[in-house]
Amino acid sequence: MKNSISTPTDRLDGPEKASGKAVYTDDIRPEGLLFARTLRADRPRARITAIRLPEIPDNYFIVDRNDVPGRNRIKMLEDDWPFFAGEVINHVGEPILLVVGPDREKVADILNSIEVEYEDLPPVLSIDDAIAAKSPIFGDDNCFAAYSFRKGDPDTAFSTAKTVIEGEFKTGYHEQAYMEPQGMIGSYKNGKLTVTGSMQCPFYVKNAMMQLTGFKEDAVQIIQATTGGAFGGKEEYPSLLAGHVAVAAIKTGKPVKLVLERGEDLAVTTKRHPSVSRYRSAIDENGRVIAMEADITLDGGAYAGLSAVVLQRALFAAIGVYNIPNVTVRGRVMATNHVPSGAFRGFGAPQAFFAVEMHMEQIASELGMNPLTFKEIHLVRQGDTTSTGGVLRDEIKIHEMLAKVLKMSNYRKKEGIFASKKGRFRSGIGLAIYLHGCGFTGKGEEIIKGTATIRKLAEDRAEILISNVEMGQGAQTTLRKIVARILELPIQNIEYANPDTDRVPDSGPTVASRTVIIVGHLLESAAKELKKRWNESETLSVSKSYRHPSYIQWDQDKLQGDAYPAYSWGIVAVEVEVDTLTYETAVKGVWTVHDVGIAIDEEIIRGQIEGGILQGLGYASLEVMDTADGAYRQHSFTDYIIPTSVDAPVIESELIDNPYEYGPFGAKCAGELPIAGAAPAYAAAVSHALGIEIHEIPVKPEILIKRAVK
Amino acid sequence: MKTKFTVNGKGISVHFSPTDRLLDVLRNYGFTEVKEGCRDGECGACVVLLNGKLVNSCQVLAASAMDGNVVTVKGLAGDKAAPIQEAFVDAGAVQCGFCTPGMVLATYALLRENPEPDTGEIRRALDGNLCRCTGYVKIIQAVQLAAERTKHHE
Repeated sequence: MKNSISTPTDRLDGPEKASGKAVYTDDIRPEGLLFARTLRADRPRARITAIRLPEIPDNYFIVDRNDVPGRNRIKMLEDDWPFFAGEVINHVGEPILLVVGPDREKVADILNSIEVEYEDLPPVLSIDDAIAAKSPIFGDDNCFAAYSFRKGDPDTAFSTAKTVIEGEFKTGYHEQAYMEPQGMIGSYKNGKLTVTGSMQCPFYVKNAMMQLTGFKEDAVQIIQATTGGAFGGKEEYPSLLAGHVAVAAIKTGKPVKLVLERGEDLAVTTKRHPSVSRYRSAIDENGRVIAMEADITLDGGAYAGLSAVVLQRALFAAIGVYNIPNVTVRGRVMATNHVPSGAFRGFGAPQAFFAVEMHMEQIASELGMNPLTFKEIHLVRQGDTTSTGGVLRDEIKIHEMLAKVLKMSNYRKKEGIFASKKGRFRSGIGLAIYLHGCGFTGKGEEIIKGTATIRKLAEDRAEILISNVEMGQGAQTTLRKIVARILELPIQNIEYANPDTDRVPDSGPTVASRTVIIVGHLLESAAKELKKRWNESETLSVSKSYRHPSYIQWDQDKLQGDAYPAYSWGIVAVEVEVDTLTYETAVKGVWTVHDVGIAIDEEIIRGQIEGGILQGLGYASLEVMDTADGAYRQHSFTDYIIPTSVDAPVIESELIDNPYEYGPFGAKCAGELPIAGAAPAYAAAVSHALGIEIHEIPVKPEILIKRAVK
Repeated sequence: MKTKFTVNGKGISVHFSPTDRLLDVLRNYGFTEVKEGCRDGECGACVVLLNGKLVNSCQVLAASAMDGNVVTVKGLAGDKAAPIQEAFVDAGAVQCGFCTPGMVLATYALLRENPEPDTGEIRRALDGNLCRCTGYVKIIQAVQLAAERTKHHE
C-alpha cells in the first residue's frame, strides 16, 4: 500500500520551463548593464611581479583586490580563499582581476592585451607531492584536515586474523556538468548591494558578501535566479562569482554581469575530490571480516573550501553498510596547486563507497566466495553501531530490498550463466549497497539552526518563506505539496518564490539532502500550527526553528556518536556486456530499490534516482578530468564526455516505504543517495564479466586492455 | 552588419558583428529561451529551427542565416507544439529546465519526420541534446507520450 502523499503531482515549475518562459541568470538584462570577464593565472604557483595594462577607454574598468571594500577572503570553514589573487597565485585559473565594460568584444580585447609577469614557485602537483611537503602551500604539512577514529579493538583482531587482505582504490576528478554555466549579476544603488544569480545557498553568498564589503546585514540582498542544475557545484563557488560582480558594481555604480562560458566553467569551478583509499581487512577462519582499516586521502586543491567536511562524510561512509566489529578509519585532505575541489552530490561518500564495495568484492574473490553472499553476511541490522559508535535506531529494510533487486534483475540466474560465457562478448552483473546520512554531518544542523516561515495570505492562500532553492530537484513541488496537504488547500494556493534574503529567514543552504527532511519538517510543523490558528487573524505568520533531537549525541572532537540523525538506503544492480576486442562496455540494464522513508512525490524521487544513477554511471565509465601542469586537460563537452540519450540504459527503480518519525509525512533524504552505488556496481559487473579485480574508476577501455594483456 | 530575420513569424531587423553567431543575435534581441550551454555544438540547449531544420544556433554564423526563418520553443505553432510541452511536464521530464526548450524542439523535429518513433529512434534523435538531471528515462517517456497525443490530434 503506497502512501497517498507519494502519488505524483505535476511539477509546478514544469510549464514555464517547457515553454521557455523561465528566466535564468543570463536571461536578465537590466538597463545600463556592464559585462565582466576575468583575467586568470596561467600557471599553478607563482608570484606576480608585474601587471601591464593597456590604455583603458572611458566606461571600461579594471577591478581587482585593491577595490575590495572589506576582506578579500571568501567566508567559509577556513577563510583562506581570496576573491582576487594576492601577490601569489596558487592555481591555474585563479582570478587576478576583472575587465568590465558595456561591449563584450571590447572587454575581451582589453583582457587579451593585459600582460602579467610571474616569478614561478615550485608547485605541488599531486597528493604525493603534497605529502612530501618540500615546499608547502598550507601550514607546514600541506594538510587541510586530518581525522581518525576507532571502534572496538582492531589491533587484537588483526593479530588473531587468519588472513589479511589489502587493496588500494582510486577515483578521479568528477565534474558536475550542470547544463546552465555559473553566473551572477551585481548592482549597487543607494548604499545597497544586490546580487542575483544561479546558486544553492543564498545565505552563504550573503555572509560572504558581508565579509567582502564590510556592509551591514540590511545593505546586502541576495536573490536566487532560476537555477539550471547545480549538483553541489553551486554550493560554495557562487560566493566567489558574487564577490566579483559585487566589487565591480560598487566600483562602477552600474549593474555588472559575469557569466562563465562552458570552457571557463570547466577550467575553474570546483569538482569532486580525487581520492586514494587504502584498505586492509582481517578475516577469521569462518570468512568473516573481523576488522577493517580504511585510510582515505583526498586532493583538496589550492584552498581549503569545504574539503574538511567532504572528508568527514567520506570517512563516515568508509565501512559502507557493513557491521564490522573492529574498525580504524583515517583520512586527510591535502593542499595542492590544483583548482580547489568541492561539493558534488554525495560529498565524499561516492569515493568511499567505491572503495569499500570494491574491497569487499576483492576479499570475496580472494577467499573464493560469491561476492554478494559475502556482502550479505556482513550487512548491518537495526540496533547495530556505526563506525563512530552511533546507533542505527530505525528499522533497516535492506534484506527486503535486496530480495527485491535480485528478483527484478534475475541476478542469481544471470550470475551463473554469465560466468560460463565464452567468446568475444562477455556479460557481467554486479551490485552495490549504500546509504546516505541525511542532513548535515555532525553538529551542522545545530550550528545552522534553520528557520522556516509560512505566511497566511488573503483568499485562502499561503506563502512559504525559506532560503532553500529549486535547482531542478523538485523543491518547488515537494515543499508546496507538504504545506498544501496540511493546510488542506490546493497546491496552487501555496506560493514559494525564488528566495530573496530580504524576504526570507535563513533556513540553511540547499545541500546535504536536507531540504525535505530538515526544512520540510520545519514547514510541516509550521503548517500544522498555522492550520490550527488559521481563523485567528487575516495576517498570520508561523515560524519554526530547528531543534536538535535530544537522543542524537555527537562529539565533534572525538568524532563519536551519531554522525547523522537518519539514513536512507539503496541497492543497485548493473548488467554490462564487454566487447573483448575493443574493451568497450555497454550497460544492458539497471535495477534499483531505494528506501527514502516516504517519497513526498514518487515521480520526483524517480527523477532523482534515474538522474543520480546515470551521473554515477558516467563517473564509473567515462567521466574524469586529468591535469597537466596543474591545468585540467578537458576543456569542453567534446573531451569531457557525459552520457547522452544513446548511452543511457533502461533504469528500473522501485521504492519501499519506511516512514521516519521526524521527517515530513515520514520522508528521509533522497537527492545524493542514488549516485553512491552506480560506480561500484558497474565496476563489479565489469569485474564479473572479465574475471579481473577493478581498483580504479573510470573503468576505461584502455585500462581494461592493459589488464587483459598482462 | 545588418540583416532581417523572421523569428517566430515576425520580421525583425538586427545589427550584429561579423563574428556573432545566430545564438548571440537571438539572445541579444530578447529570445532568451534559446539557451547557451556550451557554445561548442555539443549540448543542444541552443537549438532552433532554421528554415525548418533543427540546428545548434551556436554553430551558425549570424551572417549565414540572413533572411532566415527562425523558430524557437516559444514560436512552435500548431497542434503539435502544446502536446509536446505538456507531455514533458506530465511525464516528469522537466527538472532544472535548462535543456528543456532544446529537447522540446528536437522532439518536434523528430515527430514531424517520424510520428511513431521507437525508443531507439528517440534516443538517436535526442543524442545531440544533453541533460544532466533526468537520466533521460522520463525524457524518452515524454517523447513517447507526445507521439501518442499528437497522433490522436490528427
